[in-house]
Amino acid sequence: MTPAVEIVDVARRFGAIQALDGVDLTVEPGEFFGLLGPNGAGKTTLISVLAGLARADRGTARVLGHDVVTDYRMARRLLGVVPQELVFDPFFTVRETLRIQAGYFGIRANDAWIDEILHHLDLTARADANMRALSGGMKRRVLVGQALVHKPPVIVLDEPTAGVDVELRQSLWAFIRKLNRDGHTIILTTHYLEEAEALCGRIAMLKAGRLVALDTTQNLLSSFAGLTVRLTVDALPEAWLDRVQRQEANTYVLTLADYAELERLLAALRERGTVIEELSLQEADLEQVFLRIMKRAA
Amino acid sequence: MNIVPASGSGWLTLFYKELLRFWKVSFQTILAPMLTSLLYLLIFSHVLESHVSVFDGRVRYTAFLVPGLVMMSVLQNAFANSSSSVIQSKITGNLIFVLLTPLSPLDIFGAYVLGAMVRGLVVGAGVFVVTLWFVPLSLEHPFWVLAFATLGSAILGILGLVAGIVANKFDQLAAFQNFLIMPLTFLSGVFYSIHTLPPIWQSLSHFNPFFYMIDGFRYGFFGLSDVEPWISFSVVATCCAALALLTLEMLKRGYKLRP
Repeated sequence: MTPAVEIVDVARRFGAIQALDGVDLTVEPGEFFGLLGPNGAGKTTLISVLAGLARADRGTARVLGHDVVTDYRMARRLLGVVPQELVFDPFFTVRETLRIQAGYFGIRANDAWIDEILHHLDLTARADANMRALSGGMKRRVLVGQALVHKPPVIVLDEPTAGVDVELRQSLWAFIRKLNRDGHTIILTTHYLEEAEALCGRIAMLKAGRLVALDTTQNLLSSFAGLTVRLTVDALPEAWLDRVQRQEANTYVLTLADYAELERLLAALRERGTVIEELSLQEADLEQVFLRIMKRAA
Repeated sequence: MNIVPASGSGWLTLFYKELLRFWKVSFQTILAPMLTSLLYLLIFSHVLESHVSVFDGRVRYTAFLVPGLVMMSVLQNAFANSSSSVIQSKITGNLIFVLLTPLSPLDIFGAYVLGAMVRGLVVGAGVFVVTLWFVPLSLEHPFWVLAFATLGSAILGILGLVAGIVANKFDQLAAFQNFLIMPLTFLSGVFYSIHTLPPIWQSLSHFNPFFYMIDGFRYGFFGLSDVEPWISFSVVATCCAALALLTLEMLKRGYKLRP
């Protein structure tokens, strides 16, 4: 099957900064794919290369088999991009903005789809409002609408929920999930890692223009499986001190492999007659995985 | 003007958007430049009518002035339309909505330049109609009037597109306008016949392509000109083709648009 997105050895330098350094990545059709990384990791540059907004120094990028340089017309028809910056054209209303965007793709008379987009993005009541009159969150939703207006099979969302309140974020994700269920491939960059963990089947992590992790979300979480234990005691048995990540007075934060190891720790404490003043557990989440991978890649 | 055309390819929508953009602020983009030209006509004709003789006295100065003002309006507004549209879109970031689409360099070029031409020609036609109240004019050769208005607006529309792409800030665009477009326009014979100039300035005027646009355009009204209309047409058409090729190459390379 032709990959939804195929990026091969893509590199791009801006002056002294190597924004992308030989990135290889394949996203399969129908995936909900996360592209994560700290600021300046190269996520937006990679999306720009894919969308034809920037040119790669070397390497190739394809959307459903269509090269983004040599076959850019088809590649761009197949791709919808929600840009990170909150940009809008102040001359037009919401509906005009969506109609014009559809028109750029040669699509006319698609008001039924535009109405559906407006409904799902909770913008129906503001359809005839000028873009200037919208709040930041509403403008962000219009950006999402513009990316969807030509019904692209591959949708790239670059920080789509920045500045969007919780309730509307939920409805936006419900809509994006529906699109994914309907067969659209979704590529998401976000700094809300809990969103990526909940939504993405596979995740790639970039750092300094290099791919430092690429796996299913489950495998990434499993590979860093373990418990983080926060324990307040008079003293910790010496044998366990090498597991301590952090210590504040009598409070120790330890990383344990699993619950069996936790049981051994508790047994050791009972054996010494140590009284536990406070105990809390935390399972590994994507944020911890992300931080560890970024630390490891430093 | 609130319905996107029902058929055609993507460039038609971009063209339509360019029209809608200036139409929505028509007071500023159409009426204001018409008023400015009218003021030029009233002041210059009042002050100079009895002092300046053009074409050996065969044409009244006020009548001579009108085609120059019409053409100046066409040129300045064509430039203003494409340049302001591109620079605003670049600075506010909404140019991305065009760049993300399958529109080709030729599509983008055609839409911006045609949009600029329409605004230039609408303002020019408005100035012409308004000035008819003040001085009756004949159209000796309508073909030449249309040809030079069309080519002139196209050239300035292209220059506006180039300026919008090259400029990073509004003041850079203003420099382009104030130090290139305005001097070339004002020194092109809008307000005078170059035969009234000293020989050195007459010679220098022949290196100004704007002079040929206005001289040829004026020929269409009076059948009189400083240079043969075919020569003017050749110069203007060559400039237009050269600028079009240069600009298309810029767009194709993504110069300053797709870094």
